[in-house]
Amino acid sequence: VRKAGLPILAVVLGLAAGAILMVTVGTNPGDGYRALLEGAFGGGAELGRTLDKATPLIFTGLAVAFAFKAGLFNIGAQGQLLLGAAFGAWVGYAFGLPGWIHIPFSLVLGALTAALLGALVGVLKAVRGAHEVITTIMFNFVAANLTDWLVSRDGPWTDATGGAIARTPRVADSAVIPRMGDIPVGFFIAAGAAIIVWALLARTTLGFAIRTVGFNRDAATYAGISVVRITVLAMAASAFLAGLGGAVETLGVDGRFQPGFNVGLGFDGITIALLARTNALAVIPAAFLLGALDAGSSLMQARTEVEPEIISLIQAFILFFVAAPLVVRWLLRLRKAPHVEEPEHPKLSTGWGR
Amino acid sequence: MARRHQLAWLLVAGVVVLWLAAHFWDDAQTTAVASRTVRAAAPLLLGALCAVICERSGVINIGIEGQMLFGAYAGFMAASYTGSLVLGIATAIVSAMTLGLFLAWSAVTLRMDQIIAGTVINIFALGLTTFYYVAGRTMPNFPRWTIPALADIPVIGRALFSHGPLTYVAFIAAVVVFVALFYTRWGLRTRAVGEHPSAADTVGIRVPRARYINVVIAASLAGLAGMIFGRWHPITALAGALLFGLFQGIQAQLQFRQALDIPPQFFGMIPYVVTIAVLAIAGLGARPPASVGKPYEKE
Repeated sequence: VRKAGLPILAVVLGLAAGAILMVTVGTNPGDGYRALLEGAFGGGAELGRTLDKATPLIFTGLAVAFAFKAGLFNIGAQGQLLLGAAFGAWVGYAFGLPGWIHIPFSLVLGALTAALLGALVGVLKAVRGAHEVITTIMFNFVAANLTDWLVSRDGPWTDATGGAIARTPRVADSAVIPRMGDIPVGFFIAAGAAIIVWALLARTTLGFAIRTVGFNRDAATYAGISVVRITVLAMAASAFLAGLGGAVETLGVDGRFQPGFNVGLGFDGITIALLARTNALAVIPAAFLLGALDAGSSLMQARTEVEPEIISLIQAFILFFVAAPLVVRWLLRLRKAPHVEEPEHPKLSTGWGR
Repeated sequence: MARRHQLAWLLVAGVVVLWLAAHFWDDAQTTAVASRTVRAAAPLLLGALCAVICERSGVINIGIEGQMLFGAYAGFMAASYTGSLVLGIATAIVSAMTLGLFLAWSAVTLRMDQIIAGTVINIFALGLTTFYYVAGRTMPNFPRWTIPALADIPVIGRALFSHGPLTYVAFIAAVVVFVALFYTRWGLRTRAVGEHPSAADTVGIRVPRARYINVVIAASLAGLAGMIFGRWHPITALAGALLFGLFQGIQAQLQFRQALDIPPQFFGMIPYVVTIAVLAIAGLGARPPASVGKPYEKE
């Protein structure tokens, strides 16, 4: 918890920047944030919505954090999430299975599709030296086009009853992740995934190997760890998590895949992973925070006419402050910031090379 | 190296032959596609040139998209309110440069992770432009400049020399950047700073200053889209931009004509798949500047 100093400061500063933005459009920030809070936590339904929003964010946050641990920057969580969402939806509507098997089957198949893409990125990186930042950005466009086509009017998975709307049919009832009252069960799947990822990274030999590769590839090779194998594995696992996030959102919230439903979640994952300082357990509160901002933004818009896009601006500020501890120190005139030690994740942009 | 060049020339020759064949079969179509290709390639080219300059001086810029978006927004607003295209262009350039300054500050002064700094720019620009978006505004159209004698050249004239002014600017910029990068003092210094900053420092080049200046200059080019397809070389950037533009051109023409029954999404995918394939095949054949991405710390 002591390590939370910088992220909390970053969030506070981000919200302060948001307040200034509200003033520029003639809204009292107090009113704006009050509406936002009410929209996010005002009642059972609001809390449920916040959890709905936080669920896929936990997954993309985990995906980015997991890759960070292996020294990889996964900018492709967005595309991987789309694959998971689309393929999860397909299994969800095209198969008739009992619920206890239908849900896991849809989730795992959706996530595996994404993992396959991740493995390919890993192979290209480890064997051919193609930088994962570039390949994952490219695959984001490929995945967006592919899923667009799959559900388009000419695509194989289109919803015949949808009229002009490109989307899949609704998933079968047996594939819908249930809710307990207002609380989505999907949130607990996400939290469970975070705990598993944390345990895997912190408590197993494989996790140790992944972190070693992340810190120093040469040292890892010298210690007998196969950097190729770990790179492929880590990238596949990262994509699996992002894909799982898409599938859980499809089966738990949206009920179908429709292009445009899941925009931006992959990029939010970068903010969340850094806010959590790549700690899998800390991803849960970080995602919860962004989920709450998102969920509350519509009530804020209704009450104060502040556009909901202010959320992405606040997020950009948070990401900046969390990645630039020097600025936080300077802004707050701290001689010694609470905990502005070296970042816990390995240095990322060390060039485009291998 | 020689074999790769041979392959490249064969590819070029093949495209030219196919092109001529198509041209004599139906010249209206090829001219339309070529014209769209050139037009679509222009913004990509500017973006790619921005990337080339930044990376040659050792700074990764993945915030180009954000810089372009912000420039486009600010330029549009300025042109819309003042009715002046020149003021619009000036505003676009200055706004993109502001974000370039931000990137330089993050990367050079704060020594922030450069990919994250770029991501901040992208998220920020997207948020800001939608947050302050004003619906229903229009701006004056760009004129089309048909260059008298050149436009009458058979086969390629109409396609190459009848465009808006910014399209010409993009292609001229590619040549200027090429010459500047390889045949001027500035270019030598830029490359030195990107390859071996401490050596550059030893001979008296101020590394942080050089990086600041280049990132900001480059941002002025960030008119629209672009990617790191260019192998850190202005001329390959030109080839890359034309390739992306070609697929956009074909796609637009096909959709317009409803000629073929290929889903547009597949055409949309091709440039990205090709980029991945090029990266996978070329591998490290295209060598990035040695110090790209590394903050420079004086010892």
